[in-house]
Amino acid sequence: MIIYIPTPLRPFAAGKDEVEVNATTVAGALDELTQAHPDLRKHLFTSEGKVRAFVNLYLNDEDVRYLPAKEATAISSADTLSIIPSIAGGH
Amino acid sequence: MSVLRLNKMVYDAIRAHGEGTYPHECCGALLGRTGPDGRFIQSSVKAGNTRTDSAHNRYRISPAELVKIEREARQKGLSIAGFYHSHPDHPAQWSQTDLSEAHWLGCSYVITAVAQGKAVVTNSFLLAGETEENKRFEAESIEVSE
Repeated sequence: MIIYIPTPLRPFAAGKDEVEVNATTVAGALDELTQAHPDLRKHLFTSEGKVRAFVNLYLNDEDVRYLPAKEATAISSADTLSIIPSIAGGH
Repeated sequence: MSVLRLNKMVYDAIRAHGEGTYPHECCGALLGRTGPDGRFIQSSVKAGNTRTDSAHNRYRISPAELVKIEREARQKGLSIAGFYHSHPDHPAQWSQTDLSEAHWLGCSYVITAVAQGKAVVTNSFLLAGETEENKRFEAESIEVSE
């Protein structure tokens, strides 16, 4: 499965815009990603090991937080995982 | 000071977007390339403002829409290099809300002040820093080419 790395996180993934992993679940994919690129961990997870609130994970076009199994969702080699930091603001 | 480079067509488009959505905030993504010497923007993509509850002073782009924008960018060999939004009847300066909700480190955040429906000032700010804890906005110059 391919994990798409957003622009702000590429410096922490050796400049890569995508990383291929062989995991069987979303959680396993993120674990494999941060094992290969440990500097990503603090950007993706809190100190308690939860995905940071502003980090959105999309399995194909589905928000992982709304999938029944959430990060335990099984993945296939044809799936893609997009990491999308939130974008918002105002005055 | 870092530099945001874009052509006049993109510059005019993001300003016109703000005029079109006035008195609400517009928002969108900037596609191009990033580097230590600045960001080179090739196109802009309008996005929907999901803050319909307070669109006159808040914006949010749906992550689902960003997935599609990123896909489009990849197909063109580009990346999301920044975002733009407007401030209706308010200066083109970042706010504490803009900073607290900014998470795309190394990207440009472009703000256009739209006064009484007319785009006036457009400023750009680089979200500098290495982490959420030390992120900060730094003013950057805008170079508009023909």
